[in-house]
Amino acid sequence: MPQSAEKILDHAPLFREPEYRQMLAEKKLNFECPHPDQIVTDQREFTKTWEYREKNLAREALVVNPAKACQPLGAVFAAAGFERTMSFVHGSQGCVAYYRSHLSRHFKEPASAVSSSMTEDAAVFGGLKNMVDGLANTYQLYDPKMIAVSTTCMAEVIGDDLHSFIENAKDENSVPRDFDVPFAHTPAFVGSHVDGYDGMVKGILEHFWKGQERSQVKGTINIIPGFDGFCVGNNRELKRLLDLIGVSYTFIQDASDQFDTPSDGEYRMYDGGTKIEDVKKALNAEATVSLQRYNTRKTLEYCEEVGQATAPFHYPLGVQATDELLMKVSAISGKEIPETIRLERGRLIDAMADSQSWLHGKKYAIYGDPDFVYAMARFIMETGGEPTHCLATNGTSAWKAELKELLGSSPYGKDAQVWAGKDLWAMRSLLFTEPVDLLIGNSHGKYLERDTGTPLIRLTFPIFDRHHHHRFALMGYQGGLRVLTAILDKIFDKLDRETSQTGVTDYSYDLTR
Amino acid sequence: MSLEYENDGALHAKLVEEVLSQYPDKAAKRRKKHLSVAKSGEEAGGEGEVVSECDVKSNIKSIPGVMTIRGCAYAGSKGVVWGPVKDMVHISHGPVGCGQYSWSQRRNYYVGTTGIDTFGTMQFTSDFQEKDIVFGGDKKLEQIIDEIEELFPLNNGMTVQSECPIGLIGDDTEAVSRNKAKELEKTIVPVRCEGFRGVSQSLGHHIANDSIRDWVFEKKQVEFEAGPYDVNVIGDYNIGGDAWASRILLEEIGLRVVGNWSGDATLAEIERAPKAKLNLIHCYRSMNYICRHMEEKYGIPWMEYNFFGPSQIESSLRKIAKHFGPEIEEKTEKVIAKYRPLVDAVIAKYRPRLEGNTVMLYVGGLRPRHVITAYEDLGMVIVGTGYEFAHNDDYQRTSHYVKNGTLIYDDVTGYELEKFIEGVRPNLVGSGIKEKYPVQKMGIPFRQMHSWDYSGPYHGYDGFAIFARDVDLAINNPVWDLFQAPWKKSPSRGQALAAE
Repeated sequence: MPQSAEKILDHAPLFREPEYRQMLAEKKLNFECPHPDQIVTDQREFTKTWEYREKNLAREALVVNPAKACQPLGAVFAAAGFERTMSFVHGSQGCVAYYRSHLSRHFKEPASAVSSSMTEDAAVFGGLKNMVDGLANTYQLYDPKMIAVSTTCMAEVIGDDLHSFIENAKDENSVPRDFDVPFAHTPAFVGSHVDGYDGMVKGILEHFWKGQERSQVKGTINIIPGFDGFCVGNNRELKRLLDLIGVSYTFIQDASDQFDTPSDGEYRMYDGGTKIEDVKKALNAEATVSLQRYNTRKTLEYCEEVGQATAPFHYPLGVQATDELLMKVSAISGKEIPETIRLERGRLIDAMADSQSWLHGKKYAIYGDPDFVYAMARFIMETGGEPTHCLATNGTSAWKAELKELLGSSPYGKDAQVWAGKDLWAMRSLLFTEPVDLLIGNSHGKYLERDTGTPLIRLTFPIFDRHHHHRFALMGYQGGLRVLTAILDKIFDKLDRETSQTGVTDYSYDLTR
Repeated sequence: MSLEYENDGALHAKLVEEVLSQYPDKAAKRRKKHLSVAKSGEEAGGEGEVVSECDVKSNIKSIPGVMTIRGCAYAGSKGVVWGPVKDMVHISHGPVGCGQYSWSQRRNYYVGTTGIDTFGTMQFTSDFQEKDIVFGGDKKLEQIIDEIEELFPLNNGMTVQSECPIGLIGDDTEAVSRNKAKELEKTIVPVRCEGFRGVSQSLGHHIANDSIRDWVFEKKQVEFEAGPYDVNVIGDYNIGGDAWASRILLEEIGLRVVGNWSGDATLAEIERAPKAKLNLIHCYRSMNYICRHMEEKYGIPWMEYNFFGPSQIESSLRKIAKHFGPEIEEKTEKVIAKYRPLVDAVIAKYRPRLEGNTVMLYVGGLRPRHVITAYEDLGMVIVGTGYEFAHNDDYQRTSHYVKNGTLIYDDVTGYELEKFIEGVRPNLVGSGIKEKYPVQKMGIPFRQMHSWDYSGPYHGYDGFAIFARDVDLAINNPVWDLFQAPWKKSPSRGQALAAE
């Protein structure tokens, strides 16, 4: 009997005990009708070949292990970045349970959102009644300052019109006439979560800015972060930098407090976020800076329409990307970048120089959202590394072209390949046929690490199986240090593992590296 | 080892009244039916074994805008019933999200070479685009099935898990499945589990059960020599290895588990099920349908059992053994005796640390009742419980488990659960990921009772030891005493309450 009260074994050791191993072997043999071992081995080996890769990359319809989610997730994340705002997703209710779980599993935090709980009758007659009752209940129970409405694909397929539904609900006194209910149509069958983010932020800006007179305040800047699982660390770090420069800025959408509430006995359903008054005033900003271009295409267009200058970035991470962001901010605000920041920059460069011999020539596969992949590829090249495979399931042809241009600008990028629209099962073939030293992605990449042996560095959403990474910034020079350290740790840990065999390889098990 | 206690029914009734007062009238009227306080059998007019009555309405639509914790039919089918069948490819048919959010989240453990002969922790989606909505997705589905066949040739079949748009745009996934199954000589099962169907996960279970009946049973010649002690375990999804910790006991008492549904299952185990002598059903809610069908069609009796905690394990083992007669009964007593020292040692170690602690539960299928006795075996007290998607027959079964005065909440809303927990201040809450962090922020220990909080198994004797350890580490971790900053002069909550 393997179990004892003194030493309790849970699943990981328990099922390695002989009783269970034998039981599972017999189950397989007697009841599972498995394929013969040789056939399984042959197929496994076949999936490592160029021949399999070609078939795999030729897929036109099937998607396996994609690195993207659907629009409403982005809308719910976006809404979480505004003061006392409740997300109301119009459509089937199961979707909302999924968004909430997904966000909670990453942030290890509460994630609130409500659904209009449409069922079959609403599919036939439309969901107006659900909207009318739903808004009234949400308003009454959850005391929000704003309710941000988005849609599931069910509501989109049947063609519910949010604008008129919300007007109807106000006519029926679900919420007061002047209560803010911005909305965005977020069909899951168009784009991905980054587009849902874009739609919701634009919806909120339009709600507050439409028909308002703009009187530009020179030197003021709006910052839109984009969908970012590291918003907790990143937004705070960027604010620190902007405060050091002395810029007058407004974050439009800031979920850094919402997804990092303290434990002190009080559950805060709402915390932090951009104040509604600040959203209104943000119309007058001279410029709007997007930290993630592919998260804000429509929003930036709208900002331009109202007369603001715009500046899109790609997840400003690493040296030059941070330089560019700071210089842009400095140019708009007319404030100089202070000496302290120059010293910070110098410290990152110092660290990179100290470690360059371990980084130079390392090959990487990178996947994630388009802006993140762009940023990471750029930083890797700054360290002398080679971004061999750059993959974004939700990458567009415009992204591909832009990234190719970046890669072409450096000798370290000359062999790089860009994979727009491909998934992680495609990545598996790429890693087998053209191996790399390191894989940068999210928790889903652990299956690639297991299958191909490529060490995984978790640096983007979602991270389910490691805790608290998102609390530390990736952006800015400080963030660069954190990314650099994460990469180096992975390299050294692997080297130590490979050289630790006593009396065989441990001559290379160096104390100092 | 049954624990005698009574809960504070008056407090619970007051809490119900308070939360209802906060709703708009229409919603209050509807929610009222879902909330109650368990009454003793006599008061409730019950007879026989029924010790209390959980008189709530259930399995009806959630109210819009209240933050229901429920999921959808797709979650019930793909997430619960079909997803764990390991040697089949389950296509999330529709837009990308549903499959993405449910990817690898149920912890249905299995053994196999993922991506080669098993496919459990993978996300296969047709990733619908606008053109698929406009022109229909049947052609795409055909192509997907072909591509799966080419890239994953060792799959033993496929299921097509319909997401919301499929039923709305009028796709004929049945026709595609039928044609492709014929062409490829494979089992291909279309499942009409669009998320808008029904009121919760529950209809998805039912639809998935029906699809086994209609698309798997009697479709192939099954070569299998049935034995006298053959059983199927139905409704164990092998979360954290639950089904394995159960199987080992059933084998020890001399039974042969020919199929486990659906944790670590293969298609062969499902096809063969009608040859077994008895269906043992753990999660009644999600799989009673197919058991009833097998009873009617093949004359296989079914029996509910409960492998949470030693009291229930013992009585379940004896009940199962009785069905098979003296030989099995004798072995069963030996097995119970063999594990008794382990049980005694676990209880001796943990009961003193947990005695009298109060617990509130809010979970899905079977656990709001099934786990109650496991806590009680550790001397703990269940003060409230409720189901996401139960039906009336689940609440009837719950009456046997709960004590007088227990707070009962069906399809609880985020608001209600928060207020109930605040009002009751239990020592532990057992619920899901969405509930975990709000509860912990309040300073109340929490265990996820869907995923076992990444631990497990909790079934069987081996599982009970892990369960006891986990409950102890949740409640007795020092972090709960660190919430208050020492320079804040206000007394701790406990002291404040004592002073009142």
